Amino acid sequence: MSFDVQKVRADFPVLAELINGKPLVYLDSANTSQKPNAVIDAMTHFMQHGYAPTNRSAYQLAAEATDKFEGARAKVAAFINAPKVHEVIYTKNATEALNLIVRSWGVANLSAGDAVVLTHMEHHANIVPWQMLAAERGFTIRWVPLTSDGLLDLSNLSTLLDGAKAFSFTAMSNVLGTINPTAELCAAAHKAGAIAIVDACQAVPHMPTDVQAWDADFVTFSSHKMVGPSGLGILWGREALLDAMPPFLGGGNMISDVKLEGFTCAELPAKFEAGTQAVIEAIGLGAAVDYLTAIGMDNVRAHEYDMTVLALDSLNDRFGSDITIHGSTDAALRGATISFAYRDVHPHDISQVLDQNNVCVRAGHHCAKPLMRILGSNATVRASFYLYNTPSDVTALCDALSEAGDFFTL
Amino acid sequence: MPGLEDLYREIILDHYKSPRNRGSLEPPAVRSEGHNPLCGDEIEVFLIVKDGIVDDIKIGGQGCSISQSSASMMSAAVKGKPVEQARALIHRFKHMMSIDEGGEEPDTSTPLGDLEALQGVVKFPVRIKCAVLSWNTLAEALDIAAE
Repeated sequence: MSFDVQKVRADFPVLAELINGKPLVYLDSANTSQKPNAVIDAMTHFMQHGYAPTNRSAYQLAAEATDKFEGARAKVAAFINAPKVHEVIYTKNATEALNLIVRSWGVANLSAGDAVVLTHMEHHANIVPWQMLAAERGFTIRWVPLTSDGLLDLSNLSTLLDGAKAFSFTAMSNVLGTINPTAELCAAAHKAGAIAIVDACQAVPHMPTDVQAWDADFVTFSSHKMVGPSGLGILWGREALLDAMPPFLGGGNMISDVKLEGFTCAELPAKFEAGTQAVIEAIGLGAAVDYLTAIGMDNVRAHEYDMTVLALDSLNDRFGSDITIHGSTDAALRGATISFAYRDVHPHDISQVLDQNNVCVRAGHHCAKPLMRILGSNATVRASFYLYNTPSDVTALCDALSEAGDFFTL
Repeated sequence: MPGLEDLYREIILDHYKSPRNRGSLEPPAVRSEGHNPLCGDEIEVFLIVKDGIVDDIKIGGQGCSISQSSASMMSAAVKGKPVEQARALIHRFKHMMSIDEGGEEPDTSTPLGDLEALQGVVKFPVRIKCAVLSWNTLAEALDIAAE
């Protein structure tokens, strides 16, 4: 299927909105993505015609709601090529999915003298849960550093992984856009006897994902970044690992039996899904997966590659030495998430001027303060592109940036 | 919609480009640190209180034009003033930023001077945190100095 960005845009009603009479230039999809009619309609339709509890009541409406809820799980499993549907666990968000791994697998497996390896480009969600457990258990956290062009410096990887029990890393940096060699990193982890945990929040929405080709042990991502609704994250894990792990949250739905003396856990996936789930959101995510599948993730990646090349070229051509773009200059090694510094103008002030032109970017530390310190700044401007962005969005960004430069000439 | 000129008044840009009382002070000066967790801005306030007077103040850290100019104006406004007056000014400034901490209406006898220019920030709710960061950090420094 050929990719037509104008047709894609027509699927996203918010992109037709005018704010103060001007069109919206949405360049914050690494933060959260906009929603197509297919997702909006599926959720609305379900609420209007099919909403009921899942996995508990015996009447027809409830059985049909359960089928749709579980059907969405099967769609997600196929989307990431998970070997088994029940290895896909619904969570509140990707942050909760990472916390689940740390609080369940980590509590069962990590103690003083152990080591976990992370990287300098991780999101706080893949740092703080480990630091919290390390403070209790006394294990060590080792860090894979970066090269000067924002790639992982793998020259010392085997030493860092030596004796480690887990290697947890991002498949794509939410700040630098760097696409990491995930399969190679999983293999290195396994060679050292460590499990491989992949934070795929920035990867799953933007490129084809195959957890078996990666040979990962756990993969986490969020619905809201892949044109689905907020309030839902996904944890995929190997069945054998998930089966061996203790439960995370206790309550209804996750038990097989409860007596005054204690409880037994339900089978996967219910074991990790305590309480009423985000059923409507799961229906929405299923629709998002259908939508992205119909477009083709290869097409999404190809479009974003083109946008990356155009954005990097345009920013460099127009602003030259006034702009510092973080991360790799090679679009083959990165996604369409572009962080930069512009002269000495603070990112907050730049985003304020951009906002006057409805150019929506993120200014700040992007929940990656350790990385910010390494970059030697406390904030960047980040423009992130998705399947619905066009070359005119790049022009709008450059024009607004010029205006910010004029306004803040120091 | 409020325009950029409502936010970035000339006096604000002047304080941003030429910040007053920039630097640090050695102990026995007290030091406090403020962070804006949303954007990563950091402010350091160094303070010497002598005989109930803000004898010296220096500002460190980095941030946007609003947080930096607010800190600069604040330092100029409280330097040499009695501690009670500095506290009253913090209360009054936060009141101007629509931050209601309860208690009495602020004392308006002390003129705000340059600080009036920051009034436009209220029209940009996201930026209120930037403007208030240094004032909260000063309040903390005054508390430490009082210990």
